[in-house]
Amino acid sequence: MMRRVLPYVLLGVGTLVVTFPFVWMITTAFKTQTEATMSTLNLWPSVWQWRNFAETFRAAPFARYFFNSFLVAFTVTAAVIVTSLMAGYAFARLEFPGSRILFGLVLATMMIPFEVTLIPNFVLIRRLDWYNAYPALIVPWCANAFSIFLMRQAFLSLPSDYFDAAKVDGCGHLRFLARIAAPLVKPMVVTVGLFAFLGSYNSLLWPLVVTSEEAMRVVQVGLTVFSGAEGVRLHLLMCASAIVILPTVALYFAAQRYFLEGSIGAGIKG
Amino acid sequence: MKRVADSWGMLLRFPDMCLGVLDNAFDRCRIRPLKDAPIAAFLLLPALVVLGAFGLLPLGYSAYMSLFGGKWGMGDFVGLGNYAEAIGSRAFWGSFLVTAYYAAGTIPLTMAFSFTIAYLLFHVARGRSFFRTVYFLPYVTSAVAAAMVWRGIFNPQFGIVNALLTRWGIEPLDWLLEPRSILALITGREALVSVGPSLALCGVMLFEIWHGSGFMIVIFLAGLSAIPRELEEAARIDGAGPFQVVRKVTLPLLSPTIFFLAIVSVIKSFQAFNSVFALTGDGHGPLDTTQNVTVYIYSQFYEFHRWGYGTAVAALLCLAIMTLTVVQWRFVGRKVHYE
Repeated sequence: MMRRVLPYVLLGVGTLVVTFPFVWMITTAFKTQTEATMSTLNLWPSVWQWRNFAETFRAAPFARYFFNSFLVAFTVTAAVIVTSLMAGYAFARLEFPGSRILFGLVLATMMIPFEVTLIPNFVLIRRLDWYNAYPALIVPWCANAFSIFLMRQAFLSLPSDYFDAAKVDGCGHLRFLARIAAPLVKPMVVTVGLFAFLGSYNSLLWPLVVTSEEAMRVVQVGLTVFSGAEGVRLHLLMCASAIVILPTVALYFAAQRYFLEGSIGAGIKG
Repeated sequence: MKRVADSWGMLLRFPDMCLGVLDNAFDRCRIRPLKDAPIAAFLLLPALVVLGAFGLLPLGYSAYMSLFGGKWGMGDFVGLGNYAEAIGSRAFWGSFLVTAYYAAGTIPLTMAFSFTIAYLLFHVARGRSFFRTVYFLPYVTSAVAAAMVWRGIFNPQFGIVNALLTRWGIEPLDWLLEPRSILALITGREALVSVGPSLALCGVMLFEIWHGSGFMIVIFLAGLSAIPRELEEAARIDGAGPFQVVRKVTLPLLSPTIFFLAIVSVIKSFQAFNSVFALTGDGHGPLDTTQNVTVYIYSQFYEFHRWGYGTAVAALLCLAIMTLTVVQWRFVGRKVHYE
């Protein structure tokens, strides 16, 4: 009896600890200002203040921040999926001179810490006149070595009979990739896409450095600025945090079946 | 009617036709020694342009920039002056110490916590996917937004943690605003005030354990499911207790997973920025006690506009990461037990 119940008790206690910040965030988001900044153990708001959310959107241009974040994150996600499908396929299925050296170079970019490229990239963005413009937020993140590597692994695991059969039917590499291979590696496409979206939507340092105008802020930068300006209006800050978290959590729930499959494969091989 | 349907069909087949035409073109320019080179060049071009322009090129440019002094640009050539200045600077070594505390504090604890949760999850019959989802949730939430929540919970004036401490009759603490070291606070000896990580840094570490454990749990679960169950079973039949089974059978078999996680998390903890920045408001923390190397580089670059010096520090950080990774491969990698 003890041995059957104990794991559930421990996991349950862990769940309470891990989810407590979420619960506290949501209940605080619905409190009044005095209630939120009272030193109290009372978690529940006496009256649920729904208007806090409208007030948050009035207090700072979050609608604009969200527009920027979504525009950037969706473009980056789509671009990463396309570039990694193409490059991953080339490295997995094509034979050409220098393929191993090129693949080595691609993997090498994975080991460069972003701090090293931060300042030169900033200079490059200035030179290109992309400061305070969308390309600065999007273009540098349109391809990454890890996604290419994952996609290559996925293509390697496809039986080569598929390609041979398609070739006999007169289908070249490009049509094979678009019509047959890409749909077959869908779990990996979802995984790569989700990682790309999370990475782009949650990034802070790069957008902080390449944008200065309020209209160009993404939500993460907007939220840090908001917290500096509105530190005392805790209930509004929690509202803002909740709506910033919401899209990624929703996306995770929608994609998690594929996502976990994909990341499990990435974790144990290699 | 038929013509309308036909033209729709044409439209839908159009991308496919384009691909076919491209395929044929590439087929025609197939020269023997080059093999698939033309089509490979086409497929690789977008990725290579981005990675080259924003990955490899800046790497070389960074090494070049680090040889120049001055503000807001390159300035005068100073040779290795920036490197010498960094090595002689207290703030630089202080930031390295913060990074070291951070890595040493978060990695073992996150691993221990994640392994425990993954092990329990693996051995329960029901609710595994529910618990897995819950424990992974912090990992997908934005570190910035989550940090705002933690700052509220640990707020010295109205935070719920201090409210709890007061209820239990314990003196409330300053948490993320406290520059005194955790050793001084535990032992009550003022002599230890600047020995060891500050309470603020410990708060940042606790946050990172909470935020990063979901990733490790998923990887541990994958590792656990690759272990043949008969081995644990056999050990149990031979009379080993549950802790002995974990220590003598499960953990050695998991060593490739643990090794992978160790390498990845050392690299990640040496690059931590978002959580530190958002939890302390500016990254520096009370008396600079949470300023790790990344924050130091950011502040030299963005607050003091010393570009050359910033890139020099970044190069030193890169060197440190590479050294640590190689050391891990050479000395720890040898002990990893592969089947």
